[in-house]
Amino acid sequence: MFKVEVHNLFKVFGPQPQTILPMIKEGISKRQVMEDTGHTVGINNVSFQVKQGEIFVIMGLSGCGKSTLVRCINRLIEPTAGEILIDGEDIISANHDQLLDIRRKKVAMVFQRFGLFPHRNVCSNVEYGLEIQGFEPTVCKEKALQALELVGLKGYEYSMPDQLSGGMQQRVGLARALATDPDILLMDEAFSALDPLIRREMQGELLELQAKMHKTIIFITHDLDEALRLGDRIAVMRDGQIVQIGNSEEILTNPADDYVREFVQDVDRTKVLTASSIMKRPDPLVIPKDGPRAAVRRMQEEGISSIYVVNSQRQFHGIVRVEDAMRLVKQGVHDLEEIIIKDVPIASPDISIIELLPVAFNAKTPIVVLDDQNKMRGIIGRAAVISSIMGEEK
Amino acid sequence: MVTIPIGKFFEAVIVWLRFHFDDFFNIIRQGLTSFIDGFENMLIFIPAAVVIGLMAAIAWRSAGKGVAIFTVLSMSLIYSMGLWPQTMQTLALVLTSAMIALIIGIPIGIWAARSDKFDKVARPVLDFMQTMPAFVYLIPAVLFFKLGKVPGAVATVIFAMPPAVRLTNLGIRQVPEDVVEAALSFGSTPRQLLFKVQLPIAIPTILAGVNQTIMLSLSMVVIAAMIGAGGLGEEVLKGITQLKIGRGFESGIAVVFLAMVLDRITQSLANINRNRKM
Repeated sequence: MFKVEVHNLFKVFGPQPQTILPMIKEGISKRQVMEDTGHTVGINNVSFQVKQGEIFVIMGLSGCGKSTLVRCINRLIEPTAGEILIDGEDIISANHDQLLDIRRKKVAMVFQRFGLFPHRNVCSNVEYGLEIQGFEPTVCKEKALQALELVGLKGYEYSMPDQLSGGMQQRVGLARALATDPDILLMDEAFSALDPLIRREMQGELLELQAKMHKTIIFITHDLDEALRLGDRIAVMRDGQIVQIGNSEEILTNPADDYVREFVQDVDRTKVLTASSIMKRPDPLVIPKDGPRAAVRRMQEEGISSIYVVNSQRQFHGIVRVEDAMRLVKQGVHDLEEIIIKDVPIASPDISIIELLPVAFNAKTPIVVLDDQNKMRGIIGRAAVISSIMGEEK
Repeated sequence: MVTIPIGKFFEAVIVWLRFHFDDFFNIIRQGLTSFIDGFENMLIFIPAAVVIGLMAAIAWRSAGKGVAIFTVLSMSLIYSMGLWPQTMQTLALVLTSAMIALIIGIPIGIWAARSDKFDKVARPVLDFMQTMPAFVYLIPAVLFFKLGKVPGAVATVIFAMPPAVRLTNLGIRQVPEDVVEAALSFGSTPRQLLFKVQLPIAIPTILAGVNQTIMLSLSMVVIAAMIGAGGLGEEVLKGITQLKIGRGFESGIAVVFLAMVLDRITQSLANINRNRKM
């Protein structure tokens, strides 16, 4: 079961949103609807599912409806039509008390402009979510201090928010959201107001925290680098619709349309693409007990001068060169073992291309991609590395 | 030329109200009279030195040493001019009116902040209340409450209330959208949102409204005296009607000093609150 499910969600802003729905469903464009009726289409037939423990990034330019979408999930904005399920429970039909309960216990939110309470100090900002649930002050305080320690703000408990830097203020925002121990975090452009260095630092810390906490995070951003760095999966939005959902490699290597392609064209692909996305199936393989004669024959068939040796579980042994194999055939030796060259460049499938580069520079043979069980997954020639950097791998 | 009988209509409404709600107005009149008289008597009964001391202490705590010294000097000057009882009368009337204006005005301001519909209705009414010449309020006030302090207080309340409503409304609406969203996103009830977030953040602005209300109440002193509210206003009127030029001027100065003291104290209340936020 999914943690959060959104089915066919619509949001129309204007005096009579319900009457506009049929028009939108007919496929009349957002601009046309605006001109004809004065209604703004915020979200247009959006569906997606988020898994427990996943960071799901919703990315798009400003005005694409991503902030509206995330506010529908805790109903800060009431959707016009559609279904939102959290743990299988319908949020849209929840009554006032149920809604309060969901907001208090299940879903917490972090805001772009932090949304801290200026009249409360750091600690009582973090306590707020617990305080309004009626917890004892000592309990509130204890949990708030824990949350503050988690985000690295120990020692700032009694500062006022406006005494802190932007990065620290957002840590308060994050601590406040974590204090109620929600399952789901909604982060609306949480790091967009921070300067680039602090932003990267906060992204790193979020990933670290997430590794410990395994929350379900829905993260809104307009920044592709941020999306690629944080997202387990990324949904790209335009004009209130989701154009593509996929992991970072799918988005980069297989953009669904020109909009996504334009979006991703400036990205530094060497940091995002991994070895596994540019490797090819290896050339023909032999297993050690095939012997030199079989190896030579395979190489002659394929017209190649060397061949990879793997065992029956595809675990990598090394390379055999044709001249060595010929020599063994002449000598009448039947075991390949003594001529296997083990000194070949290897890489793991998850390594990024930028890290692959030095390996490729020094390699005389293609790089062999091995998984953690030492199984051969593929090979990468120098040409593949270079063309992937140029962005012409297809 | 068609004449639209607005005046006649207004008259009819007043007469109708007087006829049907006479008991209601009487209760208000008696209640207010005894409250104002009690307040006034207390201020006059306590020795002037003690009152001055108390005012100075309040000034010191809220606005600092300078304002405290200013309070002592100006109130002593008023005492030495022989206007102390009248000043206390005026102070009692002004503070009572301002208090009532705030008790009514702040909740209306809160309501206006939370409902755009009500805000739309309230806005022109407030404009009307503020631009209508203050003298006009004396007419219904006298008709409903006869002569004396109560109609003076009522006219003052009507005249002085708009800033309390407006600035409460403004203060709450000025609370940043994301702060309100944050409060809601954690599951605040509307009441928690109001009392834990919106009002505390709006307090400096609301206190500016309190200051304005008190100042406007003071500006009604002379007008209210025309229907028998007494106090410093009456002395000023005597200065006009009986050509007691010196007395009239002294009373004017007393009003100004009282206004300055009240203004500095209430203004600094707003500032203290703003500073505590920092």
